[in-house]
Amino acid sequence: MSQPLLSIEALSAISTRDGGQPVLRDVDLTLKRGEVRGLVGESGAGKSTVAKAVLGILPSTVKLTGGWVRFEGQDLMQMKRAAFSALLGRDITLIPQDPQTALNPARSIEAQLTDGLRLKLGLSRTAARARALELMDEVQIRDPARVLAAYPHQLSGGMRQRILIAAAFAPEPKLVVADEPTTALDVTVQKEILRLIRRMQEAHGTAVIFVTHDLGVVAKICDSVTLLYAGKVIEDGPTARLLNALRHAYTRALLSAGPRYDRPDAGLEPVPEAVFAQLRAEIGLSQSNSEGPRS
Amino acid sequence: MNAGSLIEVEGLEVIYGGGKGLFGRQKPGNRVLKGVDLTIGRGEMVGIVGESGSGKTTLGRALLGLVPATAGQIRFDGRAMSGLSKGEMRPLRRRMQMIFQDPMASLNPRHSIRRILSAPLFLHGLARSEAEAETQLAAMLARVSLPPVVLDRSPHELSGGQRQRVGIARAALLRPDFVLADEIVSGLDVSTQAQVLNLLKGLSRDMGLAMAFISHDLSVIRAVCDRVYVLRYGEIVEAGPCARVFDNPQSDYTRLLIDAIPLPEIDPDWLGRTPPTAADGTHRAAPGAGGGGSVLPSGFGRAAAITPLQEKRA
Amino acid sequence: MADLSLPLAVPRHRGKTLRVLLTEPRVVLAGGFLALLLLVALFAPALAPKDPLEQDLMLGTLPPAWLEGAEPGFLLGTDDLGRDVLSRALYGTRIALTVAVTAAGLSALIGTALGLAAGWYGGWADRIISRMVDIWMAFPPVLLSVLLVAVLGSGLHSVIAAIVIIDWTRFCRVIRAETINQAGLDYVTAARAIGFSRRQILFKEILPNVAPVLAALISLEMGIAVIVEAILSFVGLSLSSDTPTWGGMIAQGRQMIHQGWWVLVVPLLALFATVLAFNQLGNGLRVALDPVMRR
Repeated sequence: MSQPLLSIEALSAISTRDGGQPVLRDVDLTLKRGEVRGLVGESGAGKSTVAKAVLGILPSTVKLTGGWVRFEGQDLMQMKRAAFSALLGRDITLIPQDPQTALNPARSIEAQLTDGLRLKLGLSRTAARARALELMDEVQIRDPARVLAAYPHQLSGGMRQRILIAAAFAPEPKLVVADEPTTALDVTVQKEILRLIRRMQEAHGTAVIFVTHDLGVVAKICDSVTLLYAGKVIEDGPTARLLNALRHAYTRALLSAGPRYDRPDAGLEPVPEAVFAQLRAEIGLSQSNSEGPRS
Repeated sequence: MNAGSLIEVEGLEVIYGGGKGLFGRQKPGNRVLKGVDLTIGRGEMVGIVGESGSGKTTLGRALLGLVPATAGQIRFDGRAMSGLSKGEMRPLRRRMQMIFQDPMASLNPRHSIRRILSAPLFLHGLARSEAEAETQLAAMLARVSLPPVVLDRSPHELSGGQRQRVGIARAALLRPDFVLADEIVSGLDVSTQAQVLNLLKGLSRDMGLAMAFISHDLSVIRAVCDRVYVLRYGEIVEAGPCARVFDNPQSDYTRLLIDAIPLPEIDPDWLGRTPPTAADGTHRAAPGAGGGGSVLPSGFGRAAAITPLQEKRA
Repeated sequence: MADLSLPLAVPRHRGKTLRVLLTEPRVVLAGGFLALLLLVALFAPALAPKDPLEQDLMLGTLPPAWLEGAEPGFLLGTDDLGRDVLSRALYGTRIALTVAVTAAGLSALIGTALGLAAGWYGGWADRIISRMVDIWMAFPPVLLSVLLVAVLGSGLHSVIAAIVIIDWTRFCRVIRAETINQAGLDYVTAARAIGFSRRQILFKEILPNVAPVLAALISLEMGIAVIVEAILSFVGLSLSSDTPTWGGMIAQGRQMIHQGWWVLVVPLLALFATVLAFNQLGNGLRVALDPVMRR
């Protein structure tokens, strides 16, 4: 078997505030070419920290303390800055969480969509525009010429997210990191966006890391899942196995806590204290620092 | 009207930004609610579901008289709310309370939890001394499962779930008849969400509280509500008992909403599937797996670009 | 339950406002310096080695103590009229601080009252006040103050009046914007839903949240007031020229820069340090008093 596209080994990180609390604890993750991997967990689980480590955009409050991130065999952490910058935006791209703020309100869609094409792929202005129009068609934006000339505030949230998806897939990357890309959207729009990401991913054979807190979304779009709790991997494997042959009590508890419209009497079962105790024991945590208050 | 109704709404219309401009020009305004009829019975849990731009937040605030109605009637316990003076409104204020979407923003960051919880008690004369207030606070904290130490904390020192409990305690302390809960669990993790929803269900049962539960999440509504109203662009498109609406939705839009909820089970066809529609045509469905999403007809332009934030500001 | 064990683990950040302020280095350093300055102003007669007005042409233009040709007893030298520079600089502190405190206090009072009214009550009140501010701010401030003092007659009261008349707009604008910002937050809606009156909400809910910005603005304004006073003294529109003020000293020093640079440099440094301290105090206060930024 060929080497994995991305392999994360024993990645550990601490928070530089809160007295050096661990944020990631020996996280392992491998991603094959063309695989969609869900990175799931509740707030504070470290799911977006992993994603940010891959993109090299960790906030200054988080410090890596060990482990490797290998992309096609190259260690991203040891890589020269220039080589890493060249990789980002070409082989690895991002679909951001909030389509409201991810686009610059002062620039037209065309300017923002063609930036990457011209910078990373060296296309001329006209070639970039042609490619942009093609991409708009691919993400099913009707009247692409009009949308290219528009400014972000003139578009709906779903439309903006489509543009961000087009931008992410534009350079034909090998890996797209999607950081909660549908959290800010309405459910009906969410479904369209999930469908679009899956279709783009299949058409281009792109691998995707899909960060989300929603096990439902995972079930619908991810081939495999890594479930984190307090920076530790709790479950790792194909999505079907996670959902059908629940191994960890925490996973079971999460599924019974979420309400379901089709089963009014199920759901809303609070996660039992015993499950948290088990988790703490597994992680080797003391009583009280399982989750910090968020501000 | 039904003797059991606590709140009756008839033909409610709300227009933002209308009226005369600075130089006497008539401004058209933004018609957010277009004739809404709705009733909430005593002790009843009613869900109001809708996507962004549906007007659900405005509807909730109008129920509490926080947003003036442009047309239509809202009756609370048989009394029309329009035209009440401040003095007449004051006792009603105690009887209708609100729990907010963002517990951080809804708690004054410069006040201690004690002050946030006790000030309303003094205002409405439910406590006449510090000691009286303290007794009630202690009982309520126990009821919402918060440790007494939180009283001396300020809001930013609590976790999201704890803040939401403080918001619930603040509303429940005034022993209201009606509570409006606006998207109160959307920012919470599922484990915390389950606790908060169970707490609300318990409080409603114990205190005979009626609730309007605004949410975009149909699963949450199904779990806590007796009846549901489906709101879209300021109009009710479907209403009825949850069992009926969820098991046998009549409107295409309701069907679309229900179908869009990703359940945590493997269903390879889900992404490509679109719900069967009557020849409605207002919401063009995506044509099959390869089709991908259509953009709502008004997706290009202001109407669909209204985010919940803008809706709130307006 | 998971999130219930937390509060015990969270370090308490609340406490006496003073203690919070003492954790911000800028507040401690700048505040300490300004407190020292206040003591100097109060005890200037005791601290000053000489009478600041006493002239002795025989002892004119003496250099500071560490230079050749210095006379004992004149630590920072004398000006061309033989007045002790150190004593004059110490006395100058009195004028500077009097102007800073009264001018900033009064403009804050007027500006805040109008800003709160405009921001909270809106409508016609807002339209009238905002229009007034716009018109006010169209005048160039330094020219306006020179004009005002010329009309009001020179003297300390006129200087203070001129600063207040010009600078209340600064408070009004910022406080209005901040009030509107706070009024849009849910805690204000919560207070309305509970049944507090508009007046109660303004004073009990909004004002405490506007206070940090106000505190920062006041200290910035004090710095500005010190400068404006110096400018007016410099152009001879403040106090009579024999009263020791920093601006007056600078004006005098400018004319004899080649004979005795210290006459210019000493008040300039005093002015610089004072204004810097006010600015740093302002920035520090804004950070220290914000309950969220403080974390």
